[in-house]
Amino acid sequence: MEKEKKGVGLKHISKIYTDPKTKKQFYAVKDMNLDIAPGSFVTLLGPSGCGKTTTLRMIAGFESPDEGQIYIGSEAVNELTPNKRDTAMVFQSYALLPHYNVFDNVAYGLKLRKLPKEVIHEKVINILKLVEMEGMESRMTNQLSGGQQQRVALARALVLEPGVLLFDEPLSNLDAKLRVTMRTEIRRIQQKVGITAIYVTHDQSEAMSISDQIIIMSKGKMEQVGTPREIYYHPASRFVADFIGEANFIPAEVESVDEENETADISVFGEKITVRNHNRIKPHEEASLVIRPENAKLSDKGILKGVVSLSTFMGSYQYYRLKIGDMEVQLSDYNPVNRKVYEVNEEACLDFDPKAVYIL
Amino acid sequence: MNGSQSQRLERQKFFSDPIMVSTIAVLIVFLLLFILYPLLMLLIDSVVSDGRVTLDVFRRVLSMDRFRTAFRNTLVLGFLVGIASTAIGLLFAYVEVYVKLRSVFLEKLFNVVSTLPVVSPPFVLSLSMIMLFGRSGIITRSILHIYDSDIYGLKGIAIVQILTFFPVCYMMLKGLLKNIDPSLEEATRDMGATRWQVFMTVTFPLMLPGLGNTFLVTFIESVADFANPMMIGGSYDTLATTIYLQVTGAFDSTGAAAMSVVLLSLTVVLFLIQKYYLEKRTAATLSGKASRGRMPIEDRSVRVPLTIFCSIVAVFVTLMYIMVPFGAMFKLWGRDYSLTLKWFQYMMKTSGLEAFQDSFMLSFVSAPITALLSMIISYLVVKKKFRGKGFIEFVSMLAMAVPGTVLGIGYIRGYANGLFRTGILQQIYGTGLILVIVFVVRSLPTGTRSGISALRQIDKSIEESAYDMGANSAEVFTSVTLPLIKDSFLSGLVTSFVRSITAISAVILLVTPDFLMITCQINEQAEKGNYGVACAYATVLILITYSAVAIMNLVIKHFGTSREIREES
Repeated sequence: MEKEKKGVGLKHISKIYTDPKTKKQFYAVKDMNLDIAPGSFVTLLGPSGCGKTTTLRMIAGFESPDEGQIYIGSEAVNELTPNKRDTAMVFQSYALLPHYNVFDNVAYGLKLRKLPKEVIHEKVINILKLVEMEGMESRMTNQLSGGQQQRVALARALVLEPGVLLFDEPLSNLDAKLRVTMRTEIRRIQQKVGITAIYVTHDQSEAMSISDQIIIMSKGKMEQVGTPREIYYHPASRFVADFIGEANFIPAEVESVDEENETADISVFGEKITVRNHNRIKPHEEASLVIRPENAKLSDKGILKGVVSLSTFMGSYQYYRLKIGDMEVQLSDYNPVNRKVYEVNEEACLDFDPKAVYIL
Repeated sequence: MNGSQSQRLERQKFFSDPIMVSTIAVLIVFLLLFILYPLLMLLIDSVVSDGRVTLDVFRRVLSMDRFRTAFRNTLVLGFLVGIASTAIGLLFAYVEVYVKLRSVFLEKLFNVVSTLPVVSPPFVLSLSMIMLFGRSGIITRSILHIYDSDIYGLKGIAIVQILTFFPVCYMMLKGLLKNIDPSLEEATRDMGATRWQVFMTVTFPLMLPGLGNTFLVTFIESVADFANPMMIGGSYDTLATTIYLQVTGAFDSTGAAAMSVVLLSLTVVLFLIQKYYLEKRTAATLSGKASRGRMPIEDRSVRVPLTIFCSIVAVFVTLMYIMVPFGAMFKLWGRDYSLTLKWFQYMMKTSGLEAFQDSFMLSFVSAPITALLSMIISYLVVKKKFRGKGFIEFVSMLAMAVPGTVLGIGYIRGYANGLFRTGILQQIYGTGLILVIVFVVRSLPTGTRSGISALRQIDKSIEESAYDMGANSAEVFTSVTLPLIKDSFLSGLVTSFVRSITAISAVILLVTPDFLMITCQINEQAEKGNYGVACAYATVLILITYSAVAIMNLVIKHFGTSREIREES
């Protein structure tokens, strides 16, 4: 596996589609600029139709960008067909060749490269060991479970030692438990091989758990680029805050900010508090106080008073909705064993650590 | 905003694949030369005379009584056959899907009825019709003692065509009925509808576009049919036979060209309605898969009459096929029913061997070409994006709407004196090559259609993955696509072989004394009244086609892709 890892660069990449019904053109991807470091694991995350798969397919070469240039390593690849690019893709449907067995599936690309038989054999066996599929060489693909098929698909891509590995929602056909196992596996193998990986998913927990960097996309545009922590704790926009995890948005008025513009004094429902202000909102601009459900609790005394409108036991937490004025705030009270459980129509106050919330 | 960069890049990527580019170029040239050009020549012939555009030829043709009668006859026949075949096909399909058949024998019989017309030459039913109900027919003369029975004419053609085409309707409608979700019918039953009301308010309306579809397909087939009207039509001439006689009898090829244009317009318009309107409607109303099995109807009042009717029809059809070998083995049909091999001996002594050799060789050569060509077209149409794709798909499907007679006249007008009468390519006229080309063109649509539907079921990412791993288009096609649609390829191979060896309409116009075709021999012998010899030829022909199909089924069963892939489920 001693091969050069390659970075990927997108320079002002746009893709235009035409709506088949209205014949109107629209941007499926708009002005993407991205530098992916060699050896890193980057995830494109967003709701369906946000352009993440289109971006990935442009990198693979299945689609051509309408504006901009794509680089793999230092090479401009716009004009190369997929078979000429140093990428290998793992498909959502695995796309294993159903008329070949496991060995031949993995060997397919190597045979196209006309490698000697012994070399092919050695490489295939080694890679199958890496994905823990040794001994299954002669199985037909339809005799494999979903997880095993995924491992073969991964092996088939890895064995070509591509500069960049591409994943198109590879786990969405698996059941929930297997998804968790497989994403850990993918991360383990990627780290072991040290390959650059670009991963597309709409599942935020998947993205959080495996990525070095996450790119949040919406309506063809990049909303935010950052590590999982940055994105979760410092979302750059309301869209990101809402899309990653759950969030309540409570209208707030910014009264003043500190000199570094890192905290702000705000008023919410007439109450004054000091909160984080990482997006540097200025006084009197429109703002919302963002509270994640797990960062708040209910208590008898506190600043924001309301009436409980829903109280549901969820196992590991008690789920509440609290009506404050005409707003409904949702919160998850984890480990509720030793705390009071509020019932519907009870009065309660929203209790949260001002350091854990922020304005947007 | 514009998409010019991606278009430029796509073009660049496209042209970096020389094998694909040249394949497409060859395909387009082939379709232009052998489908569009001959048809264009017909049009030119019928509107240009002495170097200027005129409607004189049309005027002349339209004023011919013979033409007008033929036109009316063709329409009457088409309607009659279209409606009756669709109705019988629907009954069969309904019985198969909805009614519990109580015997394995009946199921087998249905099966036979649905495959027979696929493997049999087009005029076999006419032959046996004459032998059963003709002047010296077994039933009319020997059993009922009617000595002046006249089976020739409209009723003869109609019966024969209905029996030939209804199995196709049956197969098409069966597929549609199976897609109706049984819970729709159960829900209406539950709301208090009787079975008849359920049929009239749910099943029938859902089937309506599909029925229209089968009606038009049959109509086109009936109108284009040449062999049956030729053999059993008597004085009832249709457009196809009139065109043939206009060339071979009246030596008026411009007149024939004009008539061909009329016939062609008729079939093409119907084809366009069928393909672009009804097929979409059918797909829109019946797109889903039935969620689960249907409770078969066990009600005796439904089951008994339907089963009896279908059984009678099925037995009758089977009987007609059985007649053929007997016709070849009886000493003198209608008089002397002692068994003999003399007709076979006569056949072998005259031109039999040569006819089988020629027919077999030409079909044997054209079958793999057709099969491969149609798979390549399907691959390009389903999996590739390029300009001219619509053209390739449309023209190869259009061939379905071109009656054989029309194509034959087109080839005569287009190639007898070379391309545009310049002498270029004139050499192929009258050779085996042009017959092979005709066979290919005639079978291309069926092969392409089956290839397209097979390919649509294959996840596109399977090919993309091969492409991504470094295969070029040709490598993807040979290592992934073709193996995955092996079944479709094999059946295309055999279907095209069978269609070619049983073809007559275009061939009879183009064949030269150098080549003897079985079908032309049958036609000739039947015209002379030598039914024994005709039957001998037909018997051997059926044996050949039936073994071809049997071999195909065997191969698919043991080496087919679907078996490997299906194993899991």
